[in-house]
Amino acid sequence: MLQAVSLSCRRGDRRLFSGVNVTVPPGTVLTVVGENGSGKTSFLRILCNLLAPEEGAVLWQGVDIRRLKEQYYAQLTYIGHLNGIKDDLTAMENLMLTAALTGDRPSDASVRDALEAVGLKHRIHHLPTRVLSQGQRRRVALARLWLSTHPLWLLDEPFTSLDQAATALVTERLRSHVQSGGLAVVVTHHEVALPSEMVQRLRLDG
Amino acid sequence: MTQPSLWETLWGIIWRDLLLAMRRRSDVAISVLFLVIVASLFPLGVGPEPAVLRTIAAGVLWVAALLACLLSLGRVFTADYLDGVLEQMLLIPQPLPVLVMGKVFAHWMVSGLPIVLLSPLLGLQFGLEGEVLGTLVLSLLLGTPTLSMIGSIGAALVLGVRGSGLLVALLVLPLYVPVLIFGAGAVTSSMAGVGGEANLSLLGACLVLSLFFAPWATAAALRIALE
Repeated sequence: MLQAVSLSCRRGDRRLFSGVNVTVPPGTVLTVVGENGSGKTSFLRILCNLLAPEEGAVLWQGVDIRRLKEQYYAQLTYIGHLNGIKDDLTAMENLMLTAALTGDRPSDASVRDALEAVGLKHRIHHLPTRVLSQGQRRRVALARLWLSTHPLWLLDEPFTSLDQAATALVTERLRSHVQSGGLAVVVTHHEVALPSEMVQRLRLDG
Repeated sequence: MTQPSLWETLWGIIWRDLLLAMRRRSDVAISVLFLVIVASLFPLGVGPEPAVLRTIAAGVLWVAALLACLLSLGRVFTADYLDGVLEQMLLIPQPLPVLVMGKVFAHWMVSGLPIVLLSPLLGLQFGLEGEVLGTLVLSLLLGTPTLSMIGSIGAALVLGVRGSGLLVALLVLPLYVPVLIFGAGAVTSSMAGVGGEANLSLLGACLVLSLFFAPWATAAALRIALE
């Protein structure tokens, strides 16, 4: 279970949000919505411990994530608004190297399967990602979700640059993750097409 | 899911950075070419007199090596910062200083080690030979990792700052001074026949200190930069 307790965030002179309380139990997707500049990405970065809140705390299984540190990182998969992939490496290499560092040890076959699951054909797997389109690069980044064995997913605008087919694939993957007891926080401008009992909504007004 | 061991993480980071360096050989070649060109310009400017060249050799080769290291510092974190990989790395379930050690070691492999390997050739160009050449190589072998370690602190501090290239030079060059003094001093002492052991020992001490402190300082700077 992930909990945000009285979270406040300030960037420069501007307070983005304050007193945010939310609990995300297993089997739930929390969608964070709001206008540009309302602090959605900052909220997600606080949940990752990449950004310190002005006030409040984030608890994982009841313990402050600033105390858990690496133990907490071992539980999460984070995909930011940047893809986090290297242009000079192939899609296969990017996924293999990232997965190895985060504790997943996928086989070549499972990486290939993950890339095919996001709709990337086999001939693309061994090309440097710099030659791929923006949407294809986003798919490579999101293919990590098919390899992830972590219970907590934190995703920043995962549907950006994706076409309808890819959006449906990612939504389906989210559904299966949540159905198997995982939890996710998704910052998005899009509606996540999941049954309402699976989804909680947090609106940040800035 | 199993948590990767410390060694697996360290090796994973080193392997990834070496693979990237292989794919961008031109980046690696630039700092090495810079060293060769700078070291070659001095004999052309000062003249071919062997005694003069031997006198200036230690200082010129060490300053050239130091500037070549400085030139390559931008590669340590900037690309990873810009494409979001650094953000992912901060969430690796291992202490951040381990990540820093891996990245700095890989950086030294592609920027410092070529300097060490080239140094006998450059030393010959300045009329150095025998034991003095050996001292030059050994001083660079101890000094260049220290330069990479210290440089990583500066590189992390200026992440995302406009005009970071000049700023990192201003931050890091004063910290490079002891390494330059001991490194050049070792070669000069060896040339004078008194042996470079004292200076080499001090270089070794600098390396140990930087290995101990720099990863923590760099890790703290990275966290600040990404906030």
